[in-house]
Amino acid sequence: MNQSARWKYLLILTTILLSIIFVIPNFYGESPAIQIMPIKAGEKIDTSILQSIEKVLEKSEIQNSGLILENFRIKVKLKTAEDQLKAKGLIQKALGSQYVVALNLISNSPNWLSNMGALPMYLGLDLRGGVHFLMQVDLSKALEKTTASYLSQFRTALRKEKIGYFDATKNNDVMQIKFKSKVELNKGKNIIRGINNNFVFKEIFVNDEIILKVIISEQTKKSITEFAIKQNLETLNNRVNELGVAEPLIQQQGLDRIVIQLPGVQDTAKAKEILGRTATLEMRMVNEDNFNQDIFKEGNEDQIPVNSEIFPDRFGNNILVRKEVILTGERITNAGPGVDQQSGQSVVSITLDAKGASIFKQVTRENINKRMALLLIEKNVTEVVTAPVIKAEIGAGRVQITGMANTQEATDIALLLRAGSLAAPMEIIEERTVGPSMGKENISRGVQSTLWGFVAIITMMAIYYMVFGVISVITLSVNLFFLVALLSALQATLTLPGLAAIALTLGMAIDSSVLINERIRDEIRNGNTPQASISMGYKMAWGTILDSNITTMIAGLALFMFGSGPIKGFAVVLVLGILTSMFSAIFVSRAIVNYVYGNKRQKSKLSIGEIFKVDNN
Amino acid sequence: MEIFRVKKDIPFMKYSKLSAVISTTVFILAVFFILIRGLNLGVDFTGGTMMEVSYPEAANIDDIRQTLRDIDIENAQVQNFGTEEDVLIRLPIREDLSIAELSEQVSTALKLSNNLMEVNRVESVGSQVGDELYENGALAVLFVFIGIMLYLTMRFEWRFAIAAIIANMHDVIIILGFFAFFQWEFNLTVLAAVLAVLGYSVNESVVVFDRVRENFRKMRKTAVSEVINNAITRTMSRTIMTHLSTQTVVISMLIFGGEILHNFALALTIGILFGIYSSIMVGCPIAMWLGTNQTNLAIFNPERKKENKEL
Repeated sequence: MNQSARWKYLLILTTILLSIIFVIPNFYGESPAIQIMPIKAGEKIDTSILQSIEKVLEKSEIQNSGLILENFRIKVKLKTAEDQLKAKGLIQKALGSQYVVALNLISNSPNWLSNMGALPMYLGLDLRGGVHFLMQVDLSKALEKTTASYLSQFRTALRKEKIGYFDATKNNDVMQIKFKSKVELNKGKNIIRGINNNFVFKEIFVNDEIILKVIISEQTKKSITEFAIKQNLETLNNRVNELGVAEPLIQQQGLDRIVIQLPGVQDTAKAKEILGRTATLEMRMVNEDNFNQDIFKEGNEDQIPVNSEIFPDRFGNNILVRKEVILTGERITNAGPGVDQQSGQSVVSITLDAKGASIFKQVTRENINKRMALLLIEKNVTEVVTAPVIKAEIGAGRVQITGMANTQEATDIALLLRAGSLAAPMEIIEERTVGPSMGKENISRGVQSTLWGFVAIITMMAIYYMVFGVISVITLSVNLFFLVALLSALQATLTLPGLAAIALTLGMAIDSSVLINERIRDEIRNGNTPQASISMGYKMAWGTILDSNITTMIAGLALFMFGSGPIKGFAVVLVLGILTSMFSAIFVSRAIVNYVYGNKRQKSKLSIGEIFKVDNN
Repeated sequence: MEIFRVKKDIPFMKYSKLSAVISTTVFILAVFFILIRGLNLGVDFTGGTMMEVSYPEAANIDDIRQTLRDIDIENAQVQNFGTEEDVLIRLPIREDLSIAELSEQVSTALKLSNNLMEVNRVESVGSQVGDELYENGALAVLFVFIGIMLYLTMRFEWRFAIAAIIANMHDVIIILGFFAFFQWEFNLTVLAAVLAVLGYSVNESVVVFDRVRENFRKMRKTAVSEVINNAITRTMSRTIMTHLSTQTVVISMLIFGGEILHNFALALTIGILFGIYSSIMVGCPIAMWLGTNQTNLAIFNPERKKENKEL
């Protein structure tokens, strides 16, 4: 009666074999490596780059233990940390600023294992050191910006078609145009519809005023905000690339948040500076109408024309700039520092995308000899970077911005522009930094806790339950083995609380074995034969094991759903630990017991420790 | 080896009135401390910045305070952390500075005054995130309570579900009471421990209740209190072994786990100890007083009955 079906042994053996494959990579350790990526995120890298890297390494006689070409990056495995630093410098020099060369660590496990997807456990930031940022994206600003840009398109289109209107204003994301007549309102409406078909219109006729309200539909709003997040993600990707981090994680969280994890980053100040730059760029026309210079004086704010605003430039001069936004930084595809051939001044050259180029062409054609201002908005402070006079129509989407103080400034601004300006401002609302030495310390703390807890438990079990205790210990070890295999296979993030959860689930997993062993003792105590006791013991314990594990599972799921970061790590391990412990307690321990005792028909005594017989009850 | 060599069932339920007085007193005390002293919430929930820095030799706390005052950072809490070399700095949220800027200013200033200083850990949480974490924590606790209630009602009956939940609440409130009384820091990791205790201590109740149900089927004529006494006595050995194992691991965490896991392990310790007590001396009496008996439970599971006949 206590013989396991052959398929059960097979299942267990297969599981153990699979687990071995996934556990092995954890024991191989890591090698220093460097990683090469193109500076623009998402750009492919090819064999020609691979060859030039090989050449550099050959020339400087740096030995490598393998070059790996992936879609978006090349990894070079090196022998020593010294070589790593040397190679990084040389390769960076050889490839130039179009490529990012970052330090990394690569697992030493053989390639056939990695190819099977068997990788070491994925360590969280608290275990390997690094920075975690949570950024809040201000989507209302993205909507505002889009509204402003629509409004400027309306004005241009209405003017072009010579449709009379008094003014076009906006309030948050509702635009309002006052027309001169109903006929013109209808014509205007058609034109606006041509710009975007998704607007909702509302006509208001009061006190002789003919007003068209243009409301952005919910659907459009959604796509605007989605686009803004996407744009910001891309920008962050580019910025992180500038930082040269080997394995960054940049991910949207919820509707309006972005998580950034930068393992191994030590210079947090620089990381924050580059990521936290909330600069957005706008090009607008300078208002050069005749007006009283008094408007620049304090207290005269009411005299500023409604369609304009005053901003200071870098020298402290005030400039009156129109509210209409011609272009925003989203349209910039590339930017670089340079020197103007004629004047010798430092300049920044910008390349615009197709739509940006066509808008820019039209605006420059219509505004020759007028001034255009380049505004940089950083943390709600707007500054006029430069406000040059348009000398000619600029068609190809190549723009040169003059007025840089020196090369350094030109480089900085170019970097800022190239890294992309954001579609919506962002702010860091959570920061968690763990130093690299602290990460190592945390690993040893977690491992030590688990190890000594484990040793104590197995000693106790073996003494208390004898052979059945040893079986429980084997079961527990197999459980630990399964858990590590599962964590490696799923590449779930292992955090310090996760390590604590491994220790804790071990403590809890033993409960199943204890329940079974106590039940078997009970049955023997009641005078059952050893074989019947084993069978009943398992049967009776099963219900209890299931109930108690499910309640813990409920807690684990709650932590997973509502927890974040390290707590989620705890929850993942807890839930997986419950699953593996149930599997090992039911299948593995039963199989071992059956293997040891199942064949002996008349086993007179089970080695399950001394059993105290009770006379009554 | 067998720890519990009891001939007769221990009459636990005889002491149920006494234990009710004890439990109520401890419970009220815990609630009192939570209300009066409040929990010492970590930056995870309040928002703010916590920095752990270390120096090669014993850190001069006064110097650090002065350095912070020099850069106009008031209300900073500076204290040693674990060892003389390690220092914990806590900074409240500033309206005029983003959390990212604040931690950077502090580390720059400290580095300037002693360039051997190292920043080991920074945890900065904006007030908005803090509120959310707090809210999510409360939601998680609620979810666990309801989930466990539903499950136990399904598997057993409502009397057991209510008894288990009250026993559980008892444990959680007492953990919180300890944290309030000693003003130990209550952060996300401790909350995780509290939730783990919720699941774990229900385990305890489930094991006893399971035995009570089984006994109901076997001991048709026996008084409810004696059935419960028997169930507790018979599961005693398992209770001790299991908790000993889990507690061993938790002690190992207390010893080796370092500061981050310290309060986590503390919460678990309190939870495990009171979990044993409450499942026996809170859960069972309540189920009894709610009127659980053979007629509620014994006939539900025909399959089990068959098993018993086979015996």
